[in-house]
Amino acid sequence: MKMTFLEAIKTGMDHEMKKNENVYILGEDVGPFGGCFGVTAGLFDKYGDKRVRDTPISEGAIVGCAVGSAATGLRPIAELMFGDFVTVAMDMIVNQAAKMRYMFGGKINLPLVIRMPIGAGVQASAQHSQSIEAWFTHVPGLKVVYPSTPEDALGLMMSSIEDDNPVIFFEHKLLYGMSTEVGDDIKPIPLGVAKVQREGTDVTVIATGKMVHNAIEASEKLAKEGISVEVIDPRTLYPLDKNTIFSSIEKTHKVLVITEEHKRGGYGGEISAMISEECFDDLDAPVVRVGALNVPMPYAPTLENVVIPNTQDIINGIKRMF
Amino acid sequence: MTIPNMNVIDMYKTMLKIRKFETKAMNFFAEGKIPGFVHLYIGEEAVATGVCANLNDDDYITSTHRGHGHILAKGGDLKFMMAELFGRATGYGKGKGGSMHIADATKGILGANGIVGAGHNISVGAALSAQYRGTKQVCVCFFGDASTNQGTFHESLNMASLWKLPVIFICENNLYGISIHQSRHQAIKDISERAVSYNMPGITVDGNDVFAVYDAAKEAIKRAREGNGPTLIECKTYRQRGHFEGDPGTYKPAPEQEEWVKKDPIPRVEKFILNKKILNESQLKDIQQEIDIQIEDAVEFANNSPYPSLDSVIEDVYSDMKEEVRVR
Repeated sequence: MKMTFLEAIKTGMDHEMKKNENVYILGEDVGPFGGCFGVTAGLFDKYGDKRVRDTPISEGAIVGCAVGSAATGLRPIAELMFGDFVTVAMDMIVNQAAKMRYMFGGKINLPLVIRMPIGAGVQASAQHSQSIEAWFTHVPGLKVVYPSTPEDALGLMMSSIEDDNPVIFFEHKLLYGMSTEVGDDIKPIPLGVAKVQREGTDVTVIATGKMVHNAIEASEKLAKEGISVEVIDPRTLYPLDKNTIFSSIEKTHKVLVITEEHKRGGYGGEISAMISEECFDDLDAPVVRVGALNVPMPYAPTLENVVIPNTQDIINGIKRMF
Repeated sequence: MTIPNMNVIDMYKTMLKIRKFETKAMNFFAEGKIPGFVHLYIGEEAVATGVCANLNDDDYITSTHRGHGHILAKGGDLKFMMAELFGRATGYGKGKGGSMHIADATKGILGANGIVGAGHNISVGAALSAQYRGTKQVCVCFFGDASTNQGTFHESLNMASLWKLPVIFICENNLYGISIHQSRHQAIKDISERAVSYNMPGITVDGNDVFAVYDAAKEAIKRAREGNGPTLIECKTYRQRGHFEGDPGTYKPAPEQEEWVKKDPIPRVEKFILNKKILNESQLKDIQQEIDIQIEDAVEFANNSPYPSLDSVIEDVYSDMKEEVRVR
């Protein structure tokens, strides 16, 4: 069946809510309004205000509520309207959710999912466009999920809800409308397993979120020039499937890492460093990293385009290695 | 309200247990036997005791960096607490948390907390959980005066009142936020006034009178259990020690300190017990000795406990990953 990315996330949540009455959604305007992007539309009618709960605009309390209820038997899904707003809730994620199991000697479960739309491309400018993966991959105790297709979004959402640890679930807002075929056999996709989105032999591109699609586009263009590109989507940034990445590099000996984050300090840097440390002997060229310009996201479309990495940047980066 | 003699004796025991545990911890810290930070509750025991005397085992509490009293009053085990302070494998957090992060999910203790104001949000979640599951559980949120200047306080009171959640906000106004006197950190005197903004009852009680605290908490807990929503109770009390051990507290004027030591909650209860002839002097002494023995047992347990294995450092980060955290 064909499904949009947005419907896939909703379907994943719906399945888990059907299975387990302790799964509930909370967030700003997630009820009758259906969420700012429409991800929860229809769920309120199906499950009512107890399980699809509108909250005041209080991100700290939304995530805190998720933490407190997860610690006492529920499986909350907290929606933050935009990933950028998570700054207000960082204590609850970084100091509380991520660390409670460890500080308490493993004697507590925290099954909670925090969903947040991220990414640029809709002229939402500096406070509604950021890619903030590295803020969370840096914190022990969190799992970080970032799907790029409807099928993955669905299966990964189910696994995230079933996980007993806090999971940060990123959704690129430009992908919401993307529609592809999703297998009829709806089932969870385990966290920590990468997907080879396109097989190739000459160079490996590791891409996340919307950049996976740019990488595929670049690979199609380069195929015409005789360069065979393998595109890998880690799908979960932590736990990270190193084996799939390393196996590909053993084959291609060249790597480009592309993420939409600011290049400085991004998770792409972590992946590149890991490859340089652990696969140095397999490399024929230094790892190439592509990311956004290190400036706040500007508003004007012409300026925004300059900041976000694009398909041509990937092509240029790959050509540098040949 | 008349409190049964049995409860009076139990509350006395709890207060004494907290005082003696902390006095021990204070001495051990001074001797260098306990590392890290230790924030003592000495002088404030009536608050945790009076509130928790009304709670059931499956009720929840959230605590603060000054948490020993809350945890003991809610039924925390002296041995596992002392072992945690000693950094041993048998401690509540297996030596990974320390004084500021003691929790016991089996007693509804959702953790002491190193972040001022964090417990507010978590308590709302626990109360929502109780309401969602349709139990009659309540959650008590303990916090200090200075934390009422954090956004979390206001967000949480708003949400709890809006949804009529079974949470009781217990403000321990001990007059100081670290070194800053209340008059220098907020423009109000009675923190209970803030309840007005959130359409919930707000009351101020003498936090050094365990019976006053008990009565106020009893009514608020009843209200919460019956589905009528949260209450804010401000307990006026005093932190007799510094913010943490090692802070000499020179910012506290001597006359103020002396005046509050005179109002120490423990001798007040002893006097009450003797005046009402609930127990005699020698029975009080027996109780004191009984608690001394419990404390000594806890110290012995901690001393005889092993340090955590160095391999355990990678355990408990995740429910389902261990070795992986080393390599990816």
